[in-house]
Formats: sequence, structure tokens, C-alpha cells
Amino acid sequence: MTFPPQKLIGYAALVAFGLAAPFVFPNYHSQMAELWLFVVFALTWDLVGGQMGYNSFGNVLFIGVGAYACAVAQVGLLYDISNYTASDGGDATIYVFTVPQYLTGLAIGLPFAALLAGLVAAFFGSVVLGMRGHYFAICTLGLGVAAGQIAAGWEWIGAGSGMTPPNAPRGIGDLAQFFYFFSFVLAVACFVVIRWLLSTRFGLALNAIRDDEDKAEAMGLPTTRIKVTAWTFAAVFLGLSGGILGNLKRFIDPIDVAFAGETYGVWMVLMAILGGKGTIWGPVIGAAIFQVLKEVFWTYLLGWQRVALGLMIVLIVVFFPQGILGWVREKFPEMFGHRVDRGPAREPAE
Amino acid sequence: MLDNLMILINAPVITADLVINGLLVGAIFALAAYGMALVWGVMNIINIAQGEFVMLGGYVTMILFWNGIHPLFGVVVAPVILYGVGWALYRLVVFRVVDRDLFVSLLATFGLSILMQQLMNTAFTGDIWTAQSELGTSLLFGGLVSISNIKIAAFFLAIMLGGCLVAFLRYSRLGQAIRATSQNARAARVLGVDTDKLYAITFGLNAAICGAAGALVAMTYNIHPYIGLPYTIRAFMIVIVAGLGNLAGVVFAGLGLGAAENIAGFVLGAEFQLAFVFGLLVVVLVWRNTRLAAKRQYLK
Amino acid sequence: MTALLEIENVSKSFGGVQANKEISLEVPEGAIVGLIGPNGSGKTTLFSSIVGQYPIDGGSIRFESEEISTLRVAQIARLGMLRTFQQTRIYGQMTCMQNMVISASVRKRGFGELFHGQHDPQVSKHAEEMLEFVGLYEKRLLRAGSLSFGQQKLLEFAMALMNEPKLLMLDEPTAGINPTLINGLIDRLKRANAQFGITLFVIEHNMRVIMNLAQHIYCLAHGELLASGTPDKIRNDPNVIDAYLGAH
Repeated sequence: MTFPPQKLIGYAALVAFGLAAPFVFPNYHSQMAELWLFVVFALTWDLVGGQMGYNSFGNVLFIGVGAYACAVAQVGLLYDISNYTASDGGDATIYVFTVPQYLTGLAIGLPFAALLAGLVAAFFGSVVLGMRGHYFAICTLGLGVAAGQIAAGWEWIGAGSGMTPPNAPRGIGDLAQFFYFFSFVLAVACFVVIRWLLSTRFGLALNAIRDDEDKAEAMGLPTTRIKVTAWTFAAVFLGLSGGILGNLKRFIDPIDVAFAGETYGVWMVLMAILGGKGTIWGPVIGAAIFQVLKEVFWTYLLGWQRVALGLMIVLIVVFFPQGILGWVREKFPEMFGHRVDRGPAREPAE
Repeated sequence: MLDNLMILINAPVITADLVINGLLVGAIFALAAYGMALVWGVMNIINIAQGEFVMLGGYVTMILFWNGIHPLFGVVVAPVILYGVGWALYRLVVFRVVDRDLFVSLLATFGLSILMQQLMNTAFTGDIWTAQSELGTSLLFGGLVSISNIKIAAFFLAIMLGGCLVAFLRYSRLGQAIRATSQNARAARVLGVDTDKLYAITFGLNAAICGAAGALVAMTYNIHPYIGLPYTIRAFMIVIVAGLGNLAGVVFAGLGLGAAENIAGFVLGAEFQLAFVFGLLVVVLVWRNTRLAAKRQYLK
Repeated sequence: MTALLEIENVSKSFGGVQANKEISLEVPEGAIVGLIGPNGSGKTTLFSSIVGQYPIDGGSIRFESEEISTLRVAQIARLGMLRTFQQTRIYGQMTCMQNMVISASVRKRGFGELFHGQHDPQVSKHAEEMLEFVGLYEKRLLRAGSLSFGQQKLLEFAMALMNEPKLLMLDEPTAGINPTLINGLIDRLKRANAQFGITLFVIEHNMRVIMNLAQHIYCLAHGELLASGTPDKIRNDPNVIDAYLGAH
């Protein structure tokens, strides 16, 4: 990929802003950390949904797997997990983590979360991605909710009471600020990887599957492998974001945090649609706007914030399905490179 | 888990209890499924808010109950109110997504379901309610199995309501217009059917059916703002297994699901009953798709 | 020398309808073979069965002497047999150029090759040449979905050429094309066969086109093979004439 200088400066400015933000807005650490996680949610959803045409309602499956896997690894390295969850894990006097232990826990827990989430995607993907359209959407919805219900009944990881990730030792400082950097780095990494993917022929293959999967097969593309690979990429990033989310929220509730289908699960779809499905910046813009709106609702519409959010979902889907970048593309197609081009003077073909 | 299974095998009375109760609730599932199939077949919309219509019907019944009216009247009142709700939702939102991509309609109805859920949660909090109908219990098999009479009544009411709907669709002019539109909307339009008006009526009818189902649920089990999605999924599963247009299949699948769910709830533990429902959805879809894949096709 | 494509006693039915009944034919390498027959005679079904879209009920399909009737569509395409669709299928939201690049042959490339950049100079050059060949070079940066129906047909053809197939099965390539442009299309088909060495198997309703184009023609009727021979022979075969005019 080549980068013209203006773009490079633009990216650098964004990165600088991202790094400076927690110091500029000290009261909003956890909301900003959540924002970067939302960027990951939206980008990964759009990779499989907007780019490949497989609209999933169950990507929370990977977030939840990641959240629990990370916490289990973090705790399990030092303590017995059943005892930990049985005592609701919060007893800071028994279950102590020193700074090195805590950091090691994360260093092992996060990759473990990514790995497990990826394996889950590869396992289910080969079967579930054989369905198309609304069947895929509803099947993934079932997977996500089923996983949440199973987690809510599984004693070992805390069942309905959920699981508390390890208490961070004092030396870590402000937890939200600490995990802000994790989520920011993850968002940047996710953006870079997905942007790269979309610049390769793999990216074209995803679009081909979206536009006409039967045609893609008829042209010899190994569609199953492509689909599973894409979902696995998404799952790995979602697993990591789940690990971070659990630690950021300081609590993993099986239904409301880990496998939150009716919040995160639907919100990620909304973010991608709001910003513009099938573009690289659309999900990012959508995530940012959504997080801001959500915070506004929570602050000013307390009691009615979820109703407002539900209403917003309906309004966006019904009245603005092309999203911001989709609207721009309709008005200014040349910005996206679509034009008649006579090209340089050519010799006539023999 | 295995212990529970052994209990079932060694004590057929418990199995009979579970199965019978399951069959009884299954009729309610079948009712919601029939409504879903109706909307799907006529307008090509999969209504994710189906369960929320059930939930609303339940709350209507609770309101009656709280005001001293016997909840059985809910079976009449809820459909009337829900018909209005369904019709209004069509006129405000759904009509805009009817001609579009099926995913858009999925997302739109999902949004509506979240909206309704949260509205009820704000209005009534997350408390769980049941409308007491006080009809007593019956004893079967010489006193070994006891069934609350309201469940038996609900079963027959569900069958009767379903029967009314089927008769309406088969014998009335409007019903025939609805069936014609489901087969070929363009032809129906050419022949003078106002398809938009018809869609509104169909969506309203569906909401009404769910409302009635909700009234039954409020009396036989319980309601709270979040019972919706499981009912939607159950309805969807039943339609998938039975196939659009297969009425007998819907009834049998509904009853079967009720029984299976009850047994699974016992064997796996009550906390895994919903996991069973959603897990079964995945299994059914995967199984269906695999069968089609052998013929080099897929679910579409 | 065995033919590139050999079909032996292939049968396929849907529910109660027998679409293909014991059909045998062959397509020699380098030839242009035509498949004609009245509507409903089972031509497209036969094509679809050959490329693996449907599992056949009986018979054998051999490509380069290998049995392919048990293979899936993508596998068969990778072996070098492609088909174009009657309704013309292209990737609507991608540009013409992108349609071409993603159609580049995957036969010689492994899965990992997909992760190479979209702007490989060799691939791009080949794509531009093929677009030029069908006359769509100027439109290469437009969204494929914004092209006219005839232009989309040409794009589909260019995409097939891009894939460097050994055998290209074309389902009614001139259907819906402006009659003044048909000669240009016939010309390109012949050149694809002569210059790029692609064997062609063509379903056609336009008699003028197929008689001009094909070296050998098969005629189907009611799901069975009715006649086979050179264009002249078929043109004068009374059975073929009857089939088209409806007399049983």
C-alpha cells in the first residue's frame, strides 16, 4: 500500500489525538476506551457484513468468549477458578495480584482470548457460513444468545452471577486509563489489518461473494475458505476486545456484558450502517457518532435512554440505511473513483 | 444431568407430566408461529418483534387483572388492542421496509422489538407477573399427574383461535385476498387488490394473534419485558421445521417443541432451558442446510 | 484423441419432470460446438449439471478424461471449465476493473495468493487487454452495475476470458443484444477460440448466429438428444424443423 503525504499526516494526527485524549479529557476515560472498542466491533462486523454480505447478529459470541477466556486465564494462572467464582472473586484480601502478576495475566489472557475466539469462529464458521442472508443472521443470533444462556448456567465461570476479572493492583493506576491504551492500540491495529485486507485480492473476493456468491463459485473462488477466514479474522479481534471489555467494566455478566446480543450485538450493526456499510471509514465514523449519541442519551434522557436508543435504531434502518458514507458516495461518485476513463493513448489491439 | 435423565426413565409419571404440560404450552407456540408464517408468506417479512407482540398482549391482560377483571377477558381484549398496535406499526414503519432487502426488515423489526421491550421495561419495570385465573387443577392417571385447568383451557382456546384464523383466511373475501397476495402480489394488485391496505391488515392480524397468545401466556405462565425474543425464536423454528403454508406441520411442530423444551428443562436444569431453545434453533438450521447442501443447494 | 468434454447418458429430473434423459455428447478440444433446441428442451439444465450446479441422477461427465460429476461448481471451475449465465451475472457493486482482477485464474495460484495486492501489474495489464478486447476499456472504472445490459454481457465474457478457461460454456450469449452488435460478438467469440485457444460450447436460440459460429451442433427436444451434426445437416434435418415448429 502506498500512502500519499497528506494521508500520512492525517493518520498521524489521528493517532496523536488518540494518544493524547485521555489526558485532555480526564473524566471520560472509560467512555473513550469503550469508543475504541466500538470501532473494533463496527469494523469487524462490516468486514463480514458490509464487505462480504454476511450480516451477523451473533458476533457477540466472540466478545463473550474472549471476555471469559481472558478472565479465566488471568485468574487461573494463580488461583483455583471454581473457588474464585464461588466467592464472587471480589475478595481482594484473598485473591491478590501483584503488578507483575497482573500484567503477566493480561499478556497470557489476551492472546488466549484471541485464540479461543478464532477457534470458535473456525469451528462454527464452516457450517454456519453455509447459510445465506436472513438464515445466517438468525442462526448467528441463536448462537450468540445460546452462548449467553450457557454461560449464565455454567457454575465454573460464575453462572448467573457472572465473573469478576482480577482486581488490578494499586500500581496500575486508573484502570480506565490503563485499558484505554489497550483498546486504542487494538482499534488502530484492527483498522490497519482490515485496510490491508481490503487492498488485497482477498478484499475483492469478499465483495464478489457479497455481490453474487454463486457467480464467485462459478468463477472458481474457494468461497467457503474465504468466508471462514474472514469470520475468523473478525473473531480474533473481537476476542481481544472482549478480553479488554471485561477488564474495563470490572465485571463480566453473561447476558449484559459478555454475550450482550440486544445491546452490543445490535449496536455494532447500527454503527456500521450509520457510518456507511462496505467502506473502511464508515464503521469508524459510525462508532464515534453512536458512542457520543449513546452518552448523550444516558446523561440527558435517564430512564428513557434505552427507549431512545431503540427508536434511533428504527429511524436509522428505515430512513438512512445507506449511512453517511453511502450518502456521500451517491452524491459524489468520483470521490470513490467511479468515472469513465479513456486512459493514455493506446495502440489498437492488433 | 444424567441423573435427571434416569429419573425420567424410571419415573414415567414425571415424563408424562412434562410432556403433557409441554404439549399444552406448545399450542400457544404454534399460534405465534402461525402468525409469523402469515406475515412471512404475505409480505416476505420475518417479524423479530413477534415475541414482543405476545409480551404486550400479556401486559394488557395484566392490566385487566389489576383492575379486577378476570384475565380470560384478555383473550378478547388483547387481540383488539394489539390489532391496532400492529396496524399502526405497519403504517408508521413496516411499510417502508416491505419492498426492501430482507435483512433491512429483520433489522427494522429487531429495532421495534428493542423499542417495545424498553418501553415496557420503563413503564412496568422488570418485575415478573402472572394473572391468576383461579380455575383449579385436574388430576390425571388416578391422581399421579396434576395439570392446572387454565393450561387446558389455554390449549383449547389456542386451537380455537387458530382455527378461526384459518377459517377466516379460507372462506372470507378478505382472507382470500390475503392468500392471493401471498401467492402473487403483482397479480393481486392488477386485479384490484389494495396490497398496501392488505399488508396493514395482515400485520395487524398477526399482532392480534400474538396478543391472544400473550393473554394465554400471562395466565398460564408469567410475563416480563424480556420474554419476547424466545417466543420469536420459537415461532421462527416452528415455521422453518413445518414450512410455510403447512398448517398441520405448524401445530405438530409447536406441540413437539413445547414438550421437548419441558423435557430439556428438566434434564438439563431450568437455567438451561432457554439455552436449549436457542441451541435447538442453531441445530435445526444447520441440519436443514446440511441436507440441502447434499443437493448442492442452501437455505435461502 | 478423447474429447475435452464427454457426456454419457446423463439424466436429471426435478420432482416429476425429466429435464434431461440419457444425453450423450462430446466437445472436442479447440472446437466450437452448439446446443440448440426449443424452449424447455433441457439445454440450460444440461449446462448446469455439467458445471456441477446440480447433482445428476445418472450418467457420467468427463472433463479431460477425469470424472467430474461428483465435483462442486468451484472445483470444476478451477479445473478450467467456466460458464456464463443466461441472465448475465457480474459483481454489480465493484468496478469493471475489479470484476476483472478477481476473475483472474485461480488455477495456478494457491489460497495465499489471494492476499497479494489488487494492483499487480501483470494482472492489471491482462485485465485491460481483455476489457479492450470486448470494447469496455473506457468504462473500466465505472461500477459494473451501472453498465447497460449489453455491456454487462460483454463484461461477463471478458471476465470469463480473464480466467483463461480451457472450455467456456456460453448460455445464449447474444440474447438481449442489439442486433447491430451481434456480429461484433460473433467475431469476438471466434477470435477467443482461434487466438486464445478456448473451446466453446454454446447454447443459442439465434439460428443465424449458431450456424455461423459452430462447427458441430447438437439439438435437444423434450429432454432428449434429437440430432447431431454439422450446421448444414442440422439445418436440413426434418426432425429438428419439426421440433421447433411444434409437431410431435
